[in-house]
Amino acid sequence: MIAAAMIAAARPTSTWYLVLAAVLFGIGTVGVLVRRNPLIMLMCVELMLNAVNLSFVALSKKLDDTGGQTTVFFVMVVAAAEVVVGLGIIVAILRRRPSATADDLAELKG
Amino acid sequence: MMQLFVFICAGLMILVGAVGVITRSHPVHAALSLILTLFGVAVLYIAQDAQFLAAVQVVVYAGAIVVLFLFVIMLLGVDKIEDLQIEPFPLQRKMAAVVGGGVIGLIAFAAISSRDNIGVVKPPQSAAVAAVGAVDHDSNIRSLARDLFSDHVLAFELTSVLLVIAVVGTVLLARRAPRTPETPAESPS
Repeated sequence: MIAAAMIAAARPTSTWYLVLAAVLFGIGTVGVLVRRNPLIMLMCVELMLNAVNLSFVALSKKLDDTGGQTTVFFVMVVAAAEVVVGLGIIVAILRRRPSATADDLAELKG
Repeated sequence: MMQLFVFICAGLMILVGAVGVITRSHPVHAALSLILTLFGVAVLYIAQDAQFLAAVQVVVYAGAIVVLFLFVIMLLGVDKIEDLQIEPFPLQRKMAAVVGGGVIGLIAFAAISSRDNIGVVKPPQSAAVAAVGAVDHDSNIRSLARDLFSDHVLAFELTSVLLVIAVVGTVLLARRAPRTPETPAESPS
């Protein structure tokens, strides 16, 4: 009964958001390390960027400072540029070898 | 109670989508899982009074970036099912799991152990104000714009330079080499 009341009264604090962002960042890290398709690796980098953005917004709310949200705005702009350049590189590679994985890039070694 | 419900639902969306991105063998399914995660993050932005960023998140990420991913997948015809059983070198999965678990553990430990040290918690809004709805709903965009266009206006201008460089560089990277028979280096002999 008391536990149910505590759960009902619980409000998600910024610590909850930070822990959720940490889990999301870890999942993105594992994806970058495990997957071999370069497109999926780029998506996992997006996951990590979103985790960082989430923690920025959580701290911006907690500290009552808009600077965190401004930073998230810039991160989004840089993420868009990063995706454009990354996909350009992937297009250039995959056009030459349609089934290239990240491991095949080891052939670039002399 | 409502906030808790929203947090749990959005958190489940985020985690299910993120796990889907790294476990689905089909790239299109992974991109759709990424959309689920991005929408969950947008919901949490709204829950934290960052309405403008939520809109930008939906428009830019789910609207532009994921469409760009799908476009490249379809353009190149790489929407083949990838064999997830291949491990390029032994112990890669286990080492990745250890690294990921370590990252999660460290950041979560840091966040939990410093929860009383970060800043000051604002006093909760009185129920009367929340009920009347006297909250200024434009305050988020207004304060964000004031911060962006006064303190960070130089960085804002530099992002335009960055975007132009990215676009020009991508055009140079992705276009096919022009077939000019005049140049001797290009001509097959």
